[in-house]
Amino acid sequence: MTGKAERMTGARAFVECLYRENVEIIFGYPGGVLLPIYDELYDAHLHHLLVRHEQAAVHAAEGYARATGKVGVCLATSGPGATNLVTGIANAYMDSVPMVAFTGQVPSSMLGNDAFQEADITGITMPITKHNYLVQDVKDLPRIIKEAFHIASTGRPGPVLVDIPKDITTDELDFVYPDTVELRGYKPTFKGNAQQVKRAASVLKGAKRPVIYAGGGVIGSEASKELLAFAEKLKAPVTTTLTGIGGFPNDNELYLGMPGMHGTKYANYAIQESDVLIAVGVRFDDRVTGKTTSFAPNAKIIHIDIDPAEISKIIKVDVPIVGDAKQILGSLIDQVSECDTKDWLDKIATWKRDFPLFYVNRDDVIKPQYILEQINEVCPDAIIVTEVGQHQMWAAQYFKYKEPRTFISSGGLGTMGYGFPAAIGAKLGRPDKIVVDVSGDGSFQMNSQEMATIVQNNIPIIIAIFNNGYLGMVRQWQALFFEHRYSHTTIENSVDFVKLAEAYGAMGIRVTKPSEVKAAIEKAVEFNGPVLIDFIIEREENVSPMVPAGAAINEILDLEDIQ
Amino acid sequence: MRHTLAVLVENKYGVLARVSGLFSRRGFNIDSLAVGITEDPTISRMTIIVSGDDHVLEQVMKQLNKLIDVIRVIDLSSEEFVERELALIKVNADANNRAEIIQIVDIFRARIIDVASKSVTIEVTGDIEKIKAIQTLLKPFGIKEMARTGIVALKRGSKSL
Repeated sequence: MTGKAERMTGARAFVECLYRENVEIIFGYPGGVLLPIYDELYDAHLHHLLVRHEQAAVHAAEGYARATGKVGVCLATSGPGATNLVTGIANAYMDSVPMVAFTGQVPSSMLGNDAFQEADITGITMPITKHNYLVQDVKDLPRIIKEAFHIASTGRPGPVLVDIPKDITTDELDFVYPDTVELRGYKPTFKGNAQQVKRAASVLKGAKRPVIYAGGGVIGSEASKELLAFAEKLKAPVTTTLTGIGGFPNDNELYLGMPGMHGTKYANYAIQESDVLIAVGVRFDDRVTGKTTSFAPNAKIIHIDIDPAEISKIIKVDVPIVGDAKQILGSLIDQVSECDTKDWLDKIATWKRDFPLFYVNRDDVIKPQYILEQINEVCPDAIIVTEVGQHQMWAAQYFKYKEPRTFISSGGLGTMGYGFPAAIGAKLGRPDKIVVDVSGDGSFQMNSQEMATIVQNNIPIIIAIFNNGYLGMVRQWQALFFEHRYSHTTIENSVDFVKLAEAYGAMGIRVTKPSEVKAAIEKAVEFNGPVLIDFIIEREENVSPMVPAGAAINEILDLEDIQ
Repeated sequence: MRHTLAVLVENKYGVLARVSGLFSRRGFNIDSLAVGITEDPTISRMTIIVSGDDHVLEQVMKQLNKLIDVIRVIDLSSEEFVERELALIKVNADANNRAEIIQIVDIFRARIIDVASKSVTIEVTGDIEKIKAIQTLLKPFGIKEMARTGIVALKRGSKSL
């Protein structure tokens, strides 16, 4: 405990707690029960971004967290405000993003009475938060907020929700912020077990066909430098999952691209033929493994993960090491030496040559892959944020990511409408970076109201809509598996995105020819303000290659093979 | 296989919901659940009986451990332990068969805790098998109602958790 206790209200204490946690920005939307807190925020020394829908607040907080590595913070009122956070909290939970979500609640005396704007948000979010709290006494508020930030940001990161009844914000306390937390039920393992590290090193000793399979845990633990050093020392190829993209430089010759359903053929082939698979900060998601019983059938699997519950959850592993990826890779580097992988890397080089990612470019119609290559040309250091669908997969495949936290996407939950608000959070966290929201015409319309937010606050974001007039990914599955019966996936000519942008006061650019793509991106970058580019793309372009559902990942096909 | 888990948790509101929600969400079956406060008033102890193979048990224990309010999870079945459950059984009884019922109660070292003209209520303590056995023997008389506490268990010997 430090300093003399000062008497203040819960609302004032709330703001003091945010100062102590070095919160720079919160994303929020006011409401009745939050009036005392918003009155304190009126002249608080922290940035509050007013969004237009609470769902945008929670996604923006996540985008901020992913771009910076800090804890994202959002604030919503009771009832509908709180329930509007649910999708974003679930998204942060699935992708293990550190976040603290604050919600207002009806006064304690009215709890459970079905009061106006009452919702049991701690009950609702129990399965999708790492932990949550209902504050019952104003004296507990500083301790709870301290614990919330601690739990959100340590161990396997995740969202924590703190529900604050209105009377708590007006009650008074003697404010003291605790220096430490005492949670006897929460002691995450950080340092990897030395014996297990030794075992992993001995498994790697004779490896001839090692593959490193790295995921979001590498980004979360800031382990990308160690990953690079580890891979280069072993001379082992690296594949990164969707949430791991950016964790390994894409221009490195050891890089295999993404594995799984829409991964590269050579990443999938390499996993299937590997003799040792080093899984780092991954959870063997079904989009990566395909048919689990035939995943990496010949490999001894080493699994490094912060969460013991992920060990052998989906696939039985041979050498589990529980702990922080950065710490464990760091100690493993000292114990391994170069593997004899010359033949293996030659084989992979052959696969890369024979089975590259490819698309057939045209000069009469814009191919989505071409747009990504042009974005890469114009702003190679940009942060790419995506929505969910075909454009998301193309963004994962065709942009060359060089560093962590430059690819931000909804992985586990697959939330359409995520990207635009997440891009707002990313831009506010990294104002030095160009931020591009790679979007589909379907996804964008799920949170397009945030145009008002970026215009009001002049937040420079480039919204690149890949407009094909379809809910493209579902249409692709309908084409492949439902005889082209496009049931309720057609959305063409429903909105003029350029006029929409202009209605909000943003710049709108429509691009219909491949020859105009690059110039439009350059213009958007130069404009350095809220700008929307409506790229009219090839309508029925498919994401390729593809592992059909239920197949082993080496049964990956180019789309024409499936058709 | 059947496992008896002892779970030490913070004695706070909502903890039971977190634990039971975890079981239903992940598709684990609870055969029996008993909760009560321990010698430390800030800690409650749950005794949970789960059925499942080693993989299921491992996931149950790991997922329980992830809950912030869960302090410790121990699989008592991996060692020697004692378990008991208490059951209250209301059985049809009249002057003709009361003596026979009392005999059964004595054999099981159970107790009659309430008598009415047409029924008796029996209190019996034991492991699952014992309660099942007395239930079987009382069934012919007509069991009107039954309430069970769920199993509680401790490790054998002087060591504690």
